Amino acid sequence: MLYLFVGLAGALGSMLRYGVGILLFPADAVFPFSTLTVNLIGSFLLAWLTKHLFTNLNIPTTAKTAIGTGFVASFTTFSTLSVETIELVENGMLILASLYILVSILGGLSMSMLGFHTAERRKKK
Amino acid sequence: MNLIDFLLVGTGGFFGAISRFAFGQYIGRRHSPAFPIATLIVNVLGSFLLGLLTGLETGQYLLLLIGTGFSGALTTFSTFKLESVQLHLNKRKKMFIVYHALSYAGGISLAFIGFQLGSLFSGM
Repeated sequence: MLYLFVGLAGALGSMLRYGVGILLFPADAVFPFSTLTVNLIGSFLLAWLTKHLFTNLNIPTTAKTAIGTGFVASFTTFSTLSVETIELVENGMLILASLYILVSILGGLSMSMLGFHTAERRKKK
Repeated sequence: MNLIDFLLVGTGGFFGAISRFAFGQYIGRRHSPAFPIATLIVNVLGSFLLGLLTGLETGQYLLLLIGTGFSGALTTFSTFKLESVQLHLNKRKKMFIVYHALSYAGGISLAFIGFQLGSLFSGM
């Protein structure tokens, strides 16, 4: 049953990721803003949920797994990041490719840390 | 905006998320590693799969189902970053660096190999 919930939440997360891409960003954009945006938002969200919601509130484990491992983890993606990077390199845009990786590394870590600290601050209040 | 496109992504995402979860459970039962090996493996394998699919030029429907849906959900960025932050907070500096290096270098290299392999066979 848990597997089914993770799958359904994963389907929702994936469709939302796809929806954000076509709603907010033009398909012919050179820089992969869409993936970067969902990845950064998702990194904040997962850290915040894991630290705050899942530790402080009394939520069934099934729901935690479905939301964290299913929904948020599927909302973000790593494979698209890898392929977009090689596409930038193939198109001769080495600087943009490096920038994409750098912003993903530092931005992702910062957003995840921010999620942690936001949750910590809430706990102390 | 097309309903069929969303359903294809959702169906792929359903199986991608379950596969990632099942693999994590499988690894977790056998070893309980301090190093997040399960996420690393799905991320580099998923990168290879998406690279392969992109190189093959399979067309829109398969790209949505297996690319955006399945391999998009099989791989994850948020879990990768959360695990990194946890390694950092637990003062496992070496693991933190190795995890990042292997994820990015492995993911991009395998996406490249997949893409080249796919291009080789595309149109056959």
